[in-house]
Amino acid sequence: MKKTFEAIIEKMIFLSGIASILFVVLIFIFLLKEGLSLFATVNPINFLFGKNWYPISDPPQFGILPLVLGSLLVTFGAIVIAVPLGIAAAVYVAEVAPLWLRDILKTGIELLAAIPSIVLGFIGVVTLAPLLKNVFKLPSGLTALAGSIMLAFMAMPTIVSIIEDSIVSVPKSYKEGSLALGATHWQTIYRVTLPAAASGILAAIMLGIGRVIGETMAVLMITGNAAVIPTSILQPVRTLTATIAAEMGEAVAGSNHYYALFAIGIILFVISFIINLVADRFLHKK
Amino acid sequence: MLKKIGVGVLVSMILIGITLSGCGRGKKAIQIKGSDTMVNLGQAWAEAFTQKNPEIAIAVTGGGSGTGIAALIAGTTDIAEASRNMEPREIDQAKKNGVDPKEIQVANDGITVVVHPSNPVSKLTFKQLSDIFTGKIKNWKELGGKDQKIVALSRERNSGTHVFFLEHVVKLGEKKNPNEFATGVLMMLSSQTIIEEVSANPQAIGYVGLGYLTVKEKALAIAKDEKSPYIEPSVQSVTSKRYPISRSLLFYTKGEPNERIKPFIDFVLSSAGQEIVLKMDFVPVR
Amino acid sequence: MDSKRTEKTAFIILLLATILVIVPVALIILMVLIKGLPALTGEFIFGMPREGMRAGGILPAIIGTAFLVLGTAIFCIPLGIMAAVYLNEYAGRNWLTRVIEIAIINLAGVPSIVYGLFGLGLFVTFLGFGASILAGSLTLAVMTLPVIITATREALIAVPRSFREVSFSLGASRWQTVRSVVLPNAIPGILTGAILGLSRAAGETAPILFTVAAFYLPRLPQSIFDQAMALPYHIYVLSTQVPNVSVKIQYGTILVLVGMVFILNVIASIIRARFRKRKTW
Repeated sequence: MKKTFEAIIEKMIFLSGIASILFVVLIFIFLLKEGLSLFATVNPINFLFGKNWYPISDPPQFGILPLVLGSLLVTFGAIVIAVPLGIAAAVYVAEVAPLWLRDILKTGIELLAAIPSIVLGFIGVVTLAPLLKNVFKLPSGLTALAGSIMLAFMAMPTIVSIIEDSIVSVPKSYKEGSLALGATHWQTIYRVTLPAAASGILAAIMLGIGRVIGETMAVLMITGNAAVIPTSILQPVRTLTATIAAEMGEAVAGSNHYYALFAIGIILFVISFIINLVADRFLHKK
Repeated sequence: MLKKIGVGVLVSMILIGITLSGCGRGKKAIQIKGSDTMVNLGQAWAEAFTQKNPEIAIAVTGGGSGTGIAALIAGTTDIAEASRNMEPREIDQAKKNGVDPKEIQVANDGITVVVHPSNPVSKLTFKQLSDIFTGKIKNWKELGGKDQKIVALSRERNSGTHVFFLEHVVKLGEKKNPNEFATGVLMMLSSQTIIEEVSANPQAIGYVGLGYLTVKEKALAIAKDEKSPYIEPSVQSVTSKRYPISRSLLFYTKGEPNERIKPFIDFVLSSAGQEIVLKMDFVPVR
Repeated sequence: MDSKRTEKTAFIILLLATILVIVPVALIILMVLIKGLPALTGEFIFGMPREGMRAGGILPAIIGTAFLVLGTAIFCIPLGIMAAVYLNEYAGRNWLTRVIEIAIINLAGVPSIVYGLFGLGLFVTFLGFGASILAGSLTLAVMTLPVIITATREALIAVPRSFREVSFSLGASRWQTVRSVVLPNAIPGILTGAILGLSRAAGETAPILFTVAAFYLPRLPQSIFDQAMALPYHIYVLSTQVPNVSVKIQYGTILVLVGMVFILNVIASIIRARFRKRKTW
């Protein structure tokens, strides 16, 4: 009796184990099912590289190039801001901060991770956008830069904690050897510890990119939503994620617009898949 | 230990079940979805109606006229609020899905073009508006205003207001006119966000339903062409049809309203319901 | 001493950078507290929205979020724990395990809006659940699954191998060992991870946009097939759709959500800290 009960439980455990694979496959299938239907009538090249996103016009145009560039610009900006700050903060917390301060700082960063993105989006719209508008004398503060700054904050906890972990796992002997040879603490950090933590830093960057490129609500509220090929970071853009969120409701199920939004979903899925895989490679490069 | 967890889960599930069923078995809620222009109006109606009929619940959701119509076609809403007429292809799709849409006019609206109160420009023709929103006119000085870049704001594509403005103003009422909103036009998330941006930005221009106008913005007088008179939007000018960008606000239902929703629709069309229209600064049907 | 001076400068720069990261967090929390606290009256927390949601309370949104979190927990915690048990206690180091691990990494990285699309496609449309608490919970559950699996796995790994070996040597089967020896010692770690994962799910907007969220539904959910209001979506609505909402109400709603999330995080930290103290190994 007990044996069969146990056998059933162990079967369930095995099934749970492969459940993750099942879900990934399901997500991919459902995205493909709807997204690929677009390419029955629309040329994939026009989709990927077309400059005009006019999904409800007659005839509709489904070029996602401005959306892709919008996402890339905002992501790039966020990474440029977040990585140097993140490395600096991680180094400070891991190596320099006195113990009492270390706990406060780590708590602060964890608090940042806990704030929901919609809240950060709202705060950004009411504080950051007007600030940018005044500082840069822009027609509107709803710009790619505003998005980049908010996203940099959202990615910060991920980046800082991964880099901090990497720094902490650098063998103590490296550090002690360097100090024994007469190097200062700082010299040890940037000549020995950081290079040794390089793969962790790269992983942090990749995971930061993944976090940022997938963010929806905050960019929807703060980047201005203009589907135009961006020429500067101080202008409004439209990201892939915001497009789906803003337009999904309207798209009649079974229309090309509906399929196109799922097709954008496929692209986001594939991008995040690649990024996360690469990041995992770096993290486990021991 | 596992037994405890299992029992705990079971108990919570039972508790949920009890709470859910104990919360009063009301009738299924009436679903209203659609126009963002009308969403606050729909909600005001729902609130007033349920005050007099507390056993009926009404759920109101926005998302844009396109969203509401899509939901009606998909059968996920009882009433679709729309600030534009259903298009032939939508009607086709509905009929294919076994939905025979019935159109009910519930209010009137004038699409109001708003600018910042400090903007010296007070009146525009359709052609000038079209040129602004297609990007041909880029600076206020071309219209007799200050030497400042025009920041054009639009609603999202799922908005009936967007579609109406596109067809009647941007395309100058010509179906085959290739004009589109310029890519640099900011797609704002709602009428409310347009109002907020316009009241804070002296360079901005946007379009919203009459009900959204406040003292913090200036409404422009509009003329169909240079030979026609410039009319300011108001309840009178919309009712008399003198205001050139007038439109009907509609409910769409699946066939004739059934006995579940008929009382609500009767209320909406009654004098009490139309008084709410007036209170929300829209224009009563009659 | 030039290098000493460089070090001092460098450390100051590092401190400044860290401050640049931390200070906005403090400012945001302060802002939310100061502007939101005045809104927290009994009516606000336990009442229904009135006057076009510009007055009254946000109870439907609070309850909606609570139900979503509960539903998410029911669907993903048992599944996640069992999946982690499989990976750590039963699976060998073969290609299947590697594929599972890749799948988990992938699930963890999928953008939240793509989960929304998936939920719309599978639960709302294909399985016909419609926009409902059921569909929303299932979507959030799939999204939270990788967090549960990872946290459980780490908690299981932390249980010393010797525990298992002793159990085996006493004749217990693998399942008996897991059930009576490994899992009980991993519970605090699992709880911590689960609570953190659920707190994230509570704050998500994109996955619930098309699967459950209602703009205005001033009635508590009657069944799992009902739509519901939810705090994150309500914040979005209050900040973009409703005209002339008082700042107090906006920040009050934010404070309730952030407060909920923070309380969950604090509970998780307490469990983690107390567990570390009582650890017998």
